[in-house]
Amino acid sequence: MVTHENGGHAHHAPTGFIQKYVFSIDHKVIGIQYLCLALFSVFLGMALSLLMRLHLAWPTAHWFFFKGGQMTPEQYLALVTMHGTIMIFMVLTTAPQSGFGNYFLPIQIGAADMAFPVLNMLSFWTTFVSLMVMVAAFFVTGGAPIGGWTSYPPLSALGEITGPGQGAGETLWIVGLAIFCAASLMGALNFITTLIDLRAKGMTLGRLPLTCWTWLVTAILGLLAFGVLLAACILLLLDRIAGTSFFIPGGLVITDQVVTWHKGGSPLLWQHLFWFFGHPEVYIAILPGMGVASHLLSTFSRKPVFGYRAMVGAVCGIGFLGFCVWGHHMFVSGMSPYSAFAFSILTMTIGVPSAIKTFNWLGTLWGGKIEFNCAMLFALGFVSLFVSGGLSGLFLAQPSLDLYLHDTYFVIAHFHLIMGVAAIFGMFAGMYFWFPKMFGRFLNEGIGKVHFWFTFVGVYSIFMPMHFLGLAGHPRRYYDASAVTFLQKLQPVHVFITYAAIITIAAQFLFLFNVIWSLFAGKEAKEENPWHATTLEWSIPSPPPFDNFGGVEPVVYHGAYEFSVPGAVDDYIPQNLAPDLVRKA
Amino acid sequence: MPGTIVDDIEIIDAGHGGGTTPPAGGDDDGDSSGSRRPVPRRAYFTALQLGLAAIVMFFMALASSYIVRKGLGLDWQSTPLPRVLWFNTTILLASSATIAMARKKLEGGEREAFHSWWWVTTGLGLLFLAGQIIAWRQLAASGMLLATNPSSSFFYLLTAAHGAHLAGGIFALFYVMFRPWSRSRISQATAAELTSIYWHFMDGLWIFLLALLTLGR
Repeated sequence: MVTHENGGHAHHAPTGFIQKYVFSIDHKVIGIQYLCLALFSVFLGMALSLLMRLHLAWPTAHWFFFKGGQMTPEQYLALVTMHGTIMIFMVLTTAPQSGFGNYFLPIQIGAADMAFPVLNMLSFWTTFVSLMVMVAAFFVTGGAPIGGWTSYPPLSALGEITGPGQGAGETLWIVGLAIFCAASLMGALNFITTLIDLRAKGMTLGRLPLTCWTWLVTAILGLLAFGVLLAACILLLLDRIAGTSFFIPGGLVITDQVVTWHKGGSPLLWQHLFWFFGHPEVYIAILPGMGVASHLLSTFSRKPVFGYRAMVGAVCGIGFLGFCVWGHHMFVSGMSPYSAFAFSILTMTIGVPSAIKTFNWLGTLWGGKIEFNCAMLFALGFVSLFVSGGLSGLFLAQPSLDLYLHDTYFVIAHFHLIMGVAAIFGMFAGMYFWFPKMFGRFLNEGIGKVHFWFTFVGVYSIFMPMHFLGLAGHPRRYYDASAVTFLQKLQPVHVFITYAAIITIAAQFLFLFNVIWSLFAGKEAKEENPWHATTLEWSIPSPPPFDNFGGVEPVVYHGAYEFSVPGAVDDYIPQNLAPDLVRKA
Repeated sequence: MPGTIVDDIEIIDAGHGGGTTPPAGGDDDGDSSGSRRPVPRRAYFTALQLGLAAIVMFFMALASSYIVRKGLGLDWQSTPLPRVLWFNTTILLASSATIAMARKKLEGGEREAFHSWWWVTTGLGLLFLAGQIIAWRQLAASGMLLATNPSSSFFYLLTAAHGAHLAGGIFALFYVMFRPWSRSRISQATAAELTSIYWHFMDGLWIFLLALLTLGR
C-alpha cells in the first residue's frame, strides 16, 4: 500500500488472475515474470549452442532435425547470432538485474514497491514484446539474421543481398533490440529512483546491502548506455529501409553486385556506438553477480564483508571505467596506435577495482565459519570463474596480443567465462539463496550439489580448452574448419568440448527439475530467516505479502553485514533489530 | 532467533555503520509514526532528471554521429535550412515563457489564468510541430529528401527525434489539463512543474540541435 501526495492509496492487492499474475504491478510478480522469461530464453539459447556444438564436433554427420540432414553455413551463423543475442539481452541483462533486482531491491531497502509500479509492468511487457519480435526472426523468409550479436555493417545494413536472414530477419532483430532498449531505459529509471528516494528510515548508503549497490550502478550503466544503442539501431534501420548512408561506404561489391545506391558511410561509426553501449553491457551482466557473491560470501562465512567501502568504491570504479574502454573491442579495426594505447591502459586499469573485489572476497572468507550449501558453492564458483575469465582479459587488453587473438576461440573462452558463466553462477547462487523467501520452500540441496559440480566442472571443461584452440590460431565463427589443414589436429578438442557441453546442458535439466519439484514438494521454509541473514527481506514472511512489510515501514539500525559482532550472543544482527534488543553475551 | 528472546538486554555498539539511533535514509520527509509513507514528491523529479539524462545520451549519440559522419565522408553537402525554422524557434521560445507564466498563475491560485496560459503553451507547441512539418515539406520540395545526402538525413532524423519528444511534452500538457487529479498520486501543481521542466528542456535541446544544424552544416 502506497500513500500518495493527495492522501489516497496507490494500489491494493489485486484479486483477479490477470491483475495478479499477468498484468501485475507488484514488483515481486514482475521479478518472477522476468526470471521466467530468462529461464525460457536460457534454455532456448542453450539449445542453439548445442546445435552449434554438434556441428562443430561432427561436421559431416547427418542430423534428422536439419533439412537435408546437414546444417548449412547460413544456419550456423544464424545460430551464432541468435544464441548471442538471446543470451546477452534476454538472460544476462534481464535475470540478474530485472529479475532478482525487481524482486529484492525494494524489500532490501524497506520499500513497499518500486517507485513507479505501472512503469515497472510496462517495462516487463515491453521486454516480452522485444523477445517475441526477435524470436519471430526464425520464422520469416530467409530465417534469422547471420550478422552476429554485434551486427556489424555494412553487411547488416544492405538487406537480402548479403545473405539469407539479412532481410526481414535482420530488420526484426534491429526492431526487437530497439524495443529492448526502451524497456531497459524504463527499468533503469525506476531502479535508480526507487533506490534514491524510497529507502526506509536508517537505510543510509553506508548500510545498503552490496546487492543494492550493484543493482544501482547497473541501472546507471543501463540508463546511460541503452539510449546510445537505441540511436545506433535507428541509424542502422534507416540505412536498411530508407536508403540513408550512415554506416554504408561507397564502392561495395556484394555477391557480384555493385552497390551504387549508398556511399560515404562509416562502418566504424556503428562500432563506436555499439561498443560504447557494448562494454558497459558486460558490466550490466556481471555486476549484479558480484553483489550476490559478496552478499553470500559474507552470510555463509558468518563474517562482515571485508572492506565494505572499498567494495562499494570498486563497484563504482568498474562502472565508471566501463564507459572508457569500448575501443578495446576495436583494436583490429585499424585504429590509431595512440588510441589503442589509451584504451589499453584504461582497460588494464579495470584490473585494479577487480583485484580489490577479489582480494576482499578472499578476505571475507578468511577465518570464517564457511557453510558449503548450494548457494555458497555457486557464489564461490562465481569468484573462481570471475578470476579465470578476468585474467585472460589482461592478455586481450594488449593491442599487440589482441591482433592475434581477437578473431579466435580465445575471445570466446574469455567472455563466456567472465560475462556468461560467471553471471549465470551469480544467478544460480541467488536462486538457491532466495528461493525459500520467494516461494516458501527450499530447493533440494542434494540435487543442487550434483547440479553445481556438473555445471562447475562442465563449464571449465567447455571453455578452458577454447583458450588453447585460440592460442593455436583457431578462428571463431567458422562453420567448418575441417578443410583447413592446421586446424584438423584440433578437431578432437572440439569433440571433447561438445561432450562437455552435452553433459553440462543435461545438468541444467536437474536444476529445472529441482525448481519445479521444490515448488510443490520442497522442504518448507518455516522460519522467516532460515539462513540467519541480516538484510530486510529475511524479516518478513516467506513468500512476502503484497505490500512487503504489512503497511509498517521498517527502521534500519545496522549495517548489512553485521555477523559475528563481538559481544553479541547471536552471530548475526538483523538490520532492523533495535539496538536495545540486541542480546549481549 | 534475535529479537525473540529479550531476557538480558544490553545495548552494544555493533559498529559497521550501525548506531543507536536511525539516521535518515533516502526518504526522511515523512512522519515516523509507523504507517507507510507516501512516495515522496521528489521521486518524480528524480525520475524526470534521470529520463532527461537518458534523452541527453540519445541525442549526444546522434550529435556525435553527425560530427563523425561529416568529418569522414567526402559526400557531405550542406543542407540549406528552411527559413521557417527561425519562426518555429521563436514560437518554441515563446512557449517556454507562456508555460512559466502558467505555473506562476497556478502558484498564485489563479486557476483560470493558469488554464489560459497552459492552453496557449499547448497551442504554441502544436504550432511548432506544424512549422517543423512545413520545414520538411519545403526541404523536400527543394529536392532534399531523407536519403539525398547525409546532411539531409541528419536534418530529418534530428528534427523528427526532437519532434517526437516534444509530442510527448504536448501529451503531458493535455494530461495535466484533463487528468482527474483528486484520485492521483501527485497534485496538479507537481505535474505542471514536472511538465514545465521537461518543456524547457525540449526548448534548450532544440536550440542545441539548431546550433548543430546551422554551425555544423
